Amino acid sequence: MNTEALIMMLTTQGLVTALTGYFFYRVLTTKPKAEPDSYTENDEEEERQAKN
Amino acid sequence: MSTDKQAWGSRVGLILAMAGNAVGLGNFLRFPVQAVQNGGGAFIIPYLICFLLMGIPLLYIEWASGRFGGKFGNHSTPYILDSMVKGRVLKYIGVFGIFTNVAVAAYYCYIESWTMSYVYHSLSGTFEGMSQSGIAQFFNNYVDISKSSTGIPYEAVVFYIACLLLNTFILSKGLKGIERVAKIGMPLLIIFGVILAVRGLTLGSSGASELFPDANAWDGLNFLWTPQYDSILDLKVWMAAAGQMFFTLSVGMGTIHCYAAYMSSKDDIALNAVSAGFMNEFVEVVLGSLIVIPIAAGYLGLDWVIENAGFGMAFQTMPYLFQQWGPVLAAFAGLFWFGLLFFAGITSSLAMGTPWIGFMRDEFNWNQTKGAWSFGLLILVMGLPTVLFFQQGVFDEYDYWAGTVSLVVFAMFETILFSWIFGMKKGWAEITSGADIQVPGIYKFIIKFITPVMLIIIFLGSLFKPLNNDWSGNVSSFLSGNGWTLDNGSIVKTIMHAGIKEQILAATDPMIISQLEERMMYLNFARLLLIALFLFISALVYFAFLKRRREGRATL
Repeated sequence: MNTEALIMMLTTQGLVTALTGYFFYRVLTTKPKAEPDSYTENDEEEERQAKN
Repeated sequence: MSTDKQAWGSRVGLILAMAGNAVGLGNFLRFPVQAVQNGGGAFIIPYLICFLLMGIPLLYIEWASGRFGGKFGNHSTPYILDSMVKGRVLKYIGVFGIFTNVAVAAYYCYIESWTMSYVYHSLSGTFEGMSQSGIAQFFNNYVDISKSSTGIPYEAVVFYIACLLLNTFILSKGLKGIERVAKIGMPLLIIFGVILAVRGLTLGSSGASELFPDANAWDGLNFLWTPQYDSILDLKVWMAAAGQMFFTLSVGMGTIHCYAAYMSSKDDIALNAVSAGFMNEFVEVVLGSLIVIPIAAGYLGLDWVIENAGFGMAFQTMPYLFQQWGPVLAAFAGLFWFGLLFFAGITSSLAMGTPWIGFMRDEFNWNQTKGAWSFGLLILVMGLPTVLFFQQGVFDEYDYWAGTVSLVVFAMFETILFSWIFGMKKGWAEITSGADIQVPGIYKFIIKFITPVMLIIIFLGSLFKPLNNDWSGNVSSFLSGNGWTLDNGSIVKTIMHAGIKEQILAATDPMIISQLEERMMYLNFARLLLIALFLFISALVYFAFLKRRREGRATL
């Protein structure tokens, strides 16, 4: 591959991969909001119940 | 008014389902071909700019509109738009958000059924020892329903119905069923894609043969990624890049609205939207560019790729290339390739079912099972003509009107409605409500001014596409007072069958003339079906309005 193409490919793919990874990491690590929320699988988790 | 409560199981499940909705066959087939035809490496620059200025704004608009409509118990675009902007007519613009899904699913399930069938054929060794032309002919025979490669009569129809039944069954399980498929399908798709991409990257010149002594995978990558800066100034490249946004992100369809309508207003949509959007970009820009083009260039040479790059490569070329790896690896490669296309397809076709089911539940109290099976029946009625008359052009006609023009029309209307009629003040509040990331303030300006203008330009550009797609030349000609010559591919000329009529005028053989006239008849038949579908859904929206009025729920 020529250098120009290689730089273009690595820059673009690196940028897209990094941003994809970053946003998905943020999704995984952001603390969920208190119940009731939009998702059902965590409904029973005690620490997520809204405090009255 | 729902008779059964639907909800997402988890945030990751929702994002994977949204990403699955966006990731489709176009990520692996359309994107690299568009890049090859539009300046190679230069294409990626307008492409990424369009993603930032049009793709992300449309994602925000659709997620925000969907969640807003969901607050009022609306899960499909006719009444999502109605809840945003009061007006009798506006709900009929929302008809596009159901129509497009039904019409696209009708032929999309057919492509999906090819991938199912090709997984079977790859594993059973059907392609062993076949020449390149033999494999291309295999596809032509496959879509000729009178022929069978397995001994099953009407094989293409059987696989189509099997695929439709599978989709319908999963849809009958509700959002949980869709989420489960996305949680299995998306990781598998990425794993299969990575395996094939590694092969594309490492193939080099090892695939050169006596027939193609100069074949080299690196040539394919070179061509795809070497920036040709002069083509950035070509309007054609920009139009292609903007057009690719619709195909890749599944915007302008109504599916994103529907998925987001099941979210509570305090939950984030901003981070979810960019996360699903970038996941789609990863599959397209990283995996999509490293499979078809380099592998094909590695065995057949770059010249062949430039000449033959197209959608058909997936089914007519790839099985032949896999055969060069020996029977065992070819079976695995076939499984990975057609398996990833199948997962890309089914996660999208499932999304297409949800607006119809949501509408029938909201308006007529149909439960999930009834909604899913009625969708299956509707798809069967609309889809069988694309299977039976594939070679007569019915499939392509659906793809043009429902899968291309409709998306642009709806995206243009919904963007104008969101930013100018619903208003950016309310719109911005909706986008940022509950957001887990800071949405850059510049997007307020982009959504209000840049995105609508870009969409209007794309729509007008499709309506009045210039001769030979030569934008720069035609703009100069127009500005110097020499007029604007329309291409036969423009919407205006397509409506009038200008291309076929020209062919009829040029033909001298009566048999060819009669074939062309017959083709025109089939295309008109496809158009009538699409118009009937649009009117049918519009009538349902009207009956829903009357019902709402009787119940005192109508907004106007």
